[in-house]
Amino acid sequence: MMNKPELELYLHIPFCARKCAYCDFLSFAVPERAYDVYVEKLIEELHSQSRVFGEYQVTSVFIGGGTPSLLPAELMAGLLGVLQGCFTILPEAEITIEANPGTLTMEKLETYLEGGVNRLSIGLQSGDDTELKMLGRIHSYDEFLKSYQRARQAGFTNINVDLMSGLPGQTLLSWKNTLRKIMMLKPEHISAYSLILEEGTPFFERYTSCPGGESPPHLRSAEYEETDREMYHLTKELLADQGYGRYEISNYAKPGYECRHNLGYWTGVEYLGLGLGASSYTHGYRYHNTVDLNEYLSLDLGQPGIASRDIQELSMEEHMEEFMFLGLRLMQGVSGSEFLSRFGQNMWNVYGTVLEKLTEQGLLAVEAPFIRLTDLGIDVSNMVLSEFLLG
Amino acid sequence: MAAIDQSKIRNFCIIAHIDHGKSTLADRIIEMTGLLTNREMQSQVLDNMDLERERGITIKSQAVRTVYKAKDGEEYIFNLIDTPGHVDFNYEVSRSLAACDGAILVVDAAQGIEAQTLANVYLALDHDLDVFPVINKIDLPSARPEWVMNEIEDVIGIEARDAPRISAKTGLNAEDVLEAIIRKIPAPKGDPAAPLQALIFDSLYDSYKGVIVFCRIKEGTVRKGTRIRMMATGAQEEVVEVGYFGAGQFIPCEELSAGMVGYVTASIKNVKDTRVGDTITQADRPCEKPLPGYKKVTSMVYCGLYPADGAKYNDLREALEKLQLNDASLFFEPETSVALGFGFRCGFLGLLHLEIIQERLEREYNLDLVTTAPSVIYRVHKRNGDMIELTNPSNLPEPTEIDYMEEPIVSAEIMVTTEFVGAIMTLCQERRGIYQSKEYMEETRALLKYELPLNEIIYDFFDALKSRSRGYASFDYGMKGYERSELVKLDILINKEEVDALSFIVHAGSAYERGRKMCEKLKEEIPRHLFEIPIQAAVGGKIIARETVKAVRKDVLAKCYGGDITRKKKLLEKQKEGKKRMRQIGNVEIPQKAFMSVLKLDDE
Repeated sequence: MMNKPELELYLHIPFCARKCAYCDFLSFAVPERAYDVYVEKLIEELHSQSRVFGEYQVTSVFIGGGTPSLLPAELMAGLLGVLQGCFTILPEAEITIEANPGTLTMEKLETYLEGGVNRLSIGLQSGDDTELKMLGRIHSYDEFLKSYQRARQAGFTNINVDLMSGLPGQTLLSWKNTLRKIMMLKPEHISAYSLILEEGTPFFERYTSCPGGESPPHLRSAEYEETDREMYHLTKELLADQGYGRYEISNYAKPGYECRHNLGYWTGVEYLGLGLGASSYTHGYRYHNTVDLNEYLSLDLGQPGIASRDIQELSMEEHMEEFMFLGLRLMQGVSGSEFLSRFGQNMWNVYGTVLEKLTEQGLLAVEAPFIRLTDLGIDVSNMVLSEFLLG
Repeated sequence: MAAIDQSKIRNFCIIAHIDHGKSTLADRIIEMTGLLTNREMQSQVLDNMDLERERGITIKSQAVRTVYKAKDGEEYIFNLIDTPGHVDFNYEVSRSLAACDGAILVVDAAQGIEAQTLANVYLALDHDLDVFPVINKIDLPSARPEWVMNEIEDVIGIEARDAPRISAKTGLNAEDVLEAIIRKIPAPKGDPAAPLQALIFDSLYDSYKGVIVFCRIKEGTVRKGTRIRMMATGAQEEVVEVGYFGAGQFIPCEELSAGMVGYVTASIKNVKDTRVGDTITQADRPCEKPLPGYKKVTSMVYCGLYPADGAKYNDLREALEKLQLNDASLFFEPETSVALGFGFRCGFLGLLHLEIIQERLEREYNLDLVTTAPSVIYRVHKRNGDMIELTNPSNLPEPTEIDYMEEPIVSAEIMVTTEFVGAIMTLCQERRGIYQSKEYMEETRALLKYELPLNEIIYDFFDALKSRSRGYASFDYGMKGYERSELVKLDILINKEEVDALSFIVHAGSAYERGRKMCEKLKEEIPRHLFEIPIQAAVGGKIIARETVKAVRKDVLAKCYGGDITRKKKLLEKQKEGKKRMRQIGNVEIPQKAFMSVLKLDDE
């Protein structure tokens, strides 16, 4: 038992009641009858893949979307049952399910708990109804509140709330209010993302093609960026006051409640993605499942790996790059001694010039053996992280 | 092959305003005279280079020989010479015209006469060519052939009553053009037995044959073994091969005699020895005097060309050498820039020529280039009596050493319809033009004459002219000479550091305006950094304009959906790739295209 390799599982549920205006992730609204067909295929994939990964022990499961909580209780119960049945899941494993307010019934919540789910991640985004409407969300703050309380009632003791800052029209004050409302509820974990404009979304069109000014604001302007950063720094301060530590660029948790699944992504733990478009990283390869729903449904998923696409073996250089640009997302940073033990090379030999330059620019801080982003470095982290590409 | 009867030869070109169908008609003539089958026809046979096809312009002269069996039962040889179509290549055009005996004027049946139509007709008439009109595109619903016919007669004053009315595109009535060529274009004259006198109208370098000289035999005969001499350059060689032009191929023949158009090869290594406009004669039996009109072509516009990747310096040099084999008017010499490293100062006939060379280097030789602002040649008279010809603004001596400076002035002729005379005169004034005269050619058309500084017209004068006259202005210029002028060097400082590659010479009166626009332009081009970047324009150390590129405050990828690391990496790669196309100056990354911004100062 001790020497079994560790594995994380990700299960993708690509359905939403409605697509939000900022979202470019693989999700869409479909008629409910499609849910059964999809879950059936997902179960098929779980079965076949569990044979390949029989040697592994699962340390965390993340059921993400889309909106997994959209699935009827009995369907999810079936899925969780198969999951528990065919993989070796450690008793202390973190099992998260993503949920949207307005879809969480008591029946569903109880099903999750019975199926072994021990962490709930609720996508709220904002505590302000006007902002929720602008984002194209299907729920009000009040509906969230009811869902949250219901989850506590049902017995969830580890809850995350997703929030978004840097929204068009959002003010420092309205953001502060959102944070205050949530802190009063004392969730164990808060993800506070700043809005990213993704090309191809209605948001991108709306907020980058305009000349700027008041309405609509231009979200690539210096003024907007300034406000966004003020919100970010405010978040860190307010949450720290209430005992939430920032452990990753956008994630805050009460001590001991850091999301293990996400930590795995940043530290090179192997993970297997199941379901439409799900990404995997196993045996030194990165790949993802087909993103074409019809194709996924028509494949013989009884053959393990048949849905895998863009299979890419990482070279030593690529492993090093990832170690750096993923690890630096964590506030503790990356460890030089860890680098040495993984790659047999000194980090300073590989990245000396870059590290010196970025440290000099005040973007990185060195506290041996760790190297981490400074607050300034976080603000422009893409610029910093891109420096670690070796190509 | 039996001697060719001079009376059965027709040497001609086609002239037209852009898009009136010159190339389409050429294609049709070639197709109908049986040189190529329909299937072999690729549209616009004569425009060889990809660049020519894309831009729809002819850069190098081309020629093709076809045989036409006329209605009178006789066979005629047609030599169709295609001419470049831009003011940069005016000299080449004039030499190509000089190789012809007549010209077909193509006029669009819907558009009627336009600016270039006139300019081209006058150029042809200057060379004593017989011009006959063809009314094209009569298949268009908007065609007004009757009206266009009257316009040709009224405005140009050439007979148009029996002008063929055709559609070169569909081939309708195109046969009439072939018959008209025989009737309207005179047969060449000249004595095959006289001493050799041949006009070079183009040349190109071939790696097997050496330089291939395109020529029109005016007098005498040339054949394999003839020892020839280029009268201007003095180069002498023995002829290895003579021949004529198939479509896209060279067909050797016995001899070329008076009246014929063809090519000569003589193991000549460099096109510099075979200058366009020069006269070829027989070395041991020379003609009395060369043909008139030869000019040594000189570079009018200079700029720095640098490889984006410093390691490609030698590749750039080799590419320039290869292009020069075919283009005697391209000049280059090594230079260094603090900002850009090692590169070349290159001389061109004009801005189009510059753009073409730049594009060919990038496409045909796969080079990524940084180009500095174009400049003309200034004459700097120093206090110690020395005079230097300045082609690179960075080499301007200290102001204290300079007595005075001179700049090149051109005499320009602009033909424009009366309604736009005011707008064009304003434009010339803005460009420091000195009014010379205004003549009305007829009620609706005027000829303006101005003296203009060359540095005011090399950037975008042509574009401005077109936009302010809705296309109804034609423009031609010739060098007048040098005149004393109040010139200053405008320096650009980025983050307080002077960037030599961005300096340019400007008239003192427009320094402020140019400096301000330059700063604005650079502000758009330079990406935001982690720190604020001041951009300043200075003259003689005094700041005259300033803009600021604000610092980046946010560049974060907040979320990483479901472990999709590949997508995140792609984003970072894109960011890194963008940086590669930058030049590091001090601690500022400047995109390569910023160095060309000075060219676009007048984009409104």
